[in-house]
Order: sequence, then C-alpha cells, then structure tokens
Amino acid sequence: MRKYTHILLGAALLVFALAPVLIHRAPYESTMGLVQKIFYFHLPGALMMLFIALFAGVMSGIFLFTKKPWADHYALAAAEQVVLFGAMTLVTGPLWARKAWGVWWEWDARLTSSLLLWMIFIAYLLLRRFGGPGSDKLGAGMALFALANVPFIYVSVNYWRTLHPKTTVVPNLVPPMAGPMWWAFAGFVLMSLVLFALRVQQEEQRARVEALYLAANEG
Amino acid sequence: MTAFFRVAWLIFRKDLAVEARSWELVSTTVFFSVACLLVFSFALINEGQAVGDVAAGILWVAIAFSGTLALGRTFERERQTDTLRALMLAPADRPALYVGKLLGILFLMLLTEVILVPLVALFFQAPIVDWPLHLAALLLAGTLGYAAVGTLFAAMLVRARSRDVMLPILLYPITVPVIIAGVRGTAALFQETPDAALAQFWLALLVFFDVVFVTLALWTFEPVMTE
Repeated sequence: MRKYTHILLGAALLVFALAPVLIHRAPYESTMGLVQKIFYFHLPGALMMLFIALFAGVMSGIFLFTKKPWADHYALAAAEQVVLFGAMTLVTGPLWARKAWGVWWEWDARLTSSLLLWMIFIAYLLLRRFGGPGSDKLGAGMALFALANVPFIYVSVNYWRTLHPKTTVVPNLVPPMAGPMWWAFAGFVLMSLVLFALRVQQEEQRARVEALYLAANEG
Repeated sequence: MTAFFRVAWLIFRKDLAVEARSWELVSTTVFFSVACLLVFSFALINEGQAVGDVAAGILWVAIAFSGTLALGRTFERERQTDTLRALMLAPADRPALYVGKLLGILFLMLLTEVILVPLVALFFQAPIVDWPLHLAALLLAGTLGYAAVGTLFAAMLVRARSRDVMLPILLYPITVPVIIAGVRGTAALFQETPDAALAQFWLALLVFFDVVFVTLALWTFEPVMTE
C-alpha cells in the first residue's frame, strides 16, 4: 500500500506541476476570457464529486448488507472527498456564474442538486463525527438514501426552474481546451487516490486500535 | 402477509392507545405547528398583505417542522422506557414494526394538517375548497414521503448520541424533493387561476418519491436496526 502511495503521490505532483503550463497554453475563450480558465478546475472537480459520491453510496450499501468493515472505511474516506471536491465545485461555480450570467448564484437544477448532494454528505460526516457508537450503520443508511435522492432533486429542481427558462452557457469544448481539462481531471484522480489510500489506511489502524482497547477492557 | 399487516396494525393501535391517554404528542405538535404558522406570518405579511404566494410555503414549512418534533418525541418515548428494544425482540417482522410506527406518525401529522390547512386558508385567503381532492392528495402523498424517511431516520437515531440535533440535520436535505413538490403543487392550486394539471405533475412526483423511499426504508430497516 505504502509503496504505491508514494508512486501515486509522485505522479500527482508531476501532473499538477505541468497543469498550469497546459492551461496557460490553451486558447482564450472569446466571451469569457480569462475567467474561462476556472473551467479546468470546475468541471473535473464536479465530475470527481459525482463519481466519488456514487462510489460512497455503493460502498455504504455493501457495508449495510454484508457488514464488511473495509466497505465502511472506503465509504467514509470517499464521503470526505465528496465534501472536498464539492467545496471546490461550489466555490468555482459562482465565480463562473458571475461572469456568464451576471449573478453569483442561480437556482438552476445542476447547481441546486450539487449543493444538496454536498449538504447531504456534510450531514453524513456530522453524523459520523457526533453520532456516537453505531453511527457507521446509520451513516450507511443515510448514504443509500442520498443516492436514491439525487434524481428526485434533479427532476424537481429542473421542473421548478424550467417554468422560467433561462439561457445557460454551454461550453463548446474544442480539442485544445479538452486536452488541459482531461489533464486536470487526471491530476484530481491521482490526488484523490493518494488521499483515499492514506485515509483508508488510517481508518484501518483506528479500527485496529479500537479492537485492541476493547480486548484490553475485557481481559 | 396477513401477519405482517396484523403486526403493523397492532403497533399502530398501541401508539394510538398510548397517545389517547396523555394527548402529549397531539397537543404539542398542533400547538407548535400553529406557532410556526404565526411566526412565518409575522415575518412575511406586510401592510396586511402576504408577500407573493407564500401560503403554500408556510404551510409546508409548518408541516415539516412540526413533523420533526413529532418524530423525535415518538421515538424518545420508546427510548425512555426501552420499549423499542422490546419491540425489536418480539417475534415479528422488522419491516412490519416500521410500517406500524409509520402509520402512527402519519396519523399524527395528518391530524395536525386538518387544523393547519383551514388556518392557512383563514390567514392567507387560500382557496382550499376549490380543488379539495387535489389538495388532500398532495398533502397525503407529501406527508407520507416525509414521514417514511423521517420514521426510518428517527428509529435509527434512537441509540445515537445527540439524536435531537441529528434528526433535522439528516432529514431536511433528504426531504427537499418533498418540500419542493409539495410547495409547488399546493401553490399551483392556491394561485389566482388554479393550475390542476401542474398540481397533478407534482403529485405524480410525490407518489413516485413515496414508492421509492418506502421500499428503500422497508429494505434497509432490518440491517440498520440490527445491533
């Protein structure tokens, strides 16, 4: 585990070191100008948030029905990253919106569902932090509900808002822009894997210490 | 299958019998929901006129808030006397226990709404008698969705620390679709020229939400409640 982590960390650092160069070289978008560069953080961040949330939900389901501790460690480590990437998405989003729509926030389906997904995972972490014993199982139930909830949030907000249609900026991705975007995405994936490996390892050690304490108290 | 419904029915009757002796939940929940209604009215009524179509919003916020209170108290009662453990030990289907508790909460919340809805009509001149069936269906479907998620979460949290704080924290983000659909559907009925078709769309969404979340709750109740 540890050796792979070092290799991954090295690769992630390399990708991040090169990313600014690639982003700088990418062409300027005509209407957005320099602000368009946010896109190279925003979209990969949002993608990561979605994929990791999906992963956390699946892991929670596995934990709930099989009681395998590793699934819970994976779910917790993933949930923390959802909050991390969610924060990144939700900070860069309004910066983009200010330039594209003239407002910081818009009750658009995608924005609202991202915000709620982020909030649900914060609630999950709060539960894990302050819920006391047994909160791992409660958290798993919560994450499963969160997963089922996302389509409902999307449909309801979409319908609620499309009654008042608004034009949105759809980024036309030309190849010179797509390159740096996927490069940044690769960087995030590598970073995420490093964090994930470390966090899971930490959780495993915590579980082992807890088991030792229990054994010592009984003995 | 008949045993399943018999267990659910017995638990529902037990909750009613307990409640009929004290009236604790009914009286506190109804009072709290009316207090909510008033607080929002003071915040949103200006110069004797409500701002925009707030009636539907206020109604659903009062339902959601008082529902949280009722959920918390119902399970606090089971916790104090350790009767939830006794229920769990009973040789009965776990999902049947869930359905029984859900029916109790649903009954309580609907009872509150029977008082709340006429008050909204009174305070905000909301036309509740124009489309009574649509309105009743929206309230029933919305309350069922809210109570289905709420009952599961409140039951899960019985053993957790800081459960009073955790219930709204977990419940509100998950039930956002219920609130949006309930508020928009009710607002469509309350507007100057009621839009029944729009209300029906939201009703369909609520029914779909109910089906998915009741199924999911029945499915997860057993593993979540097993110690």
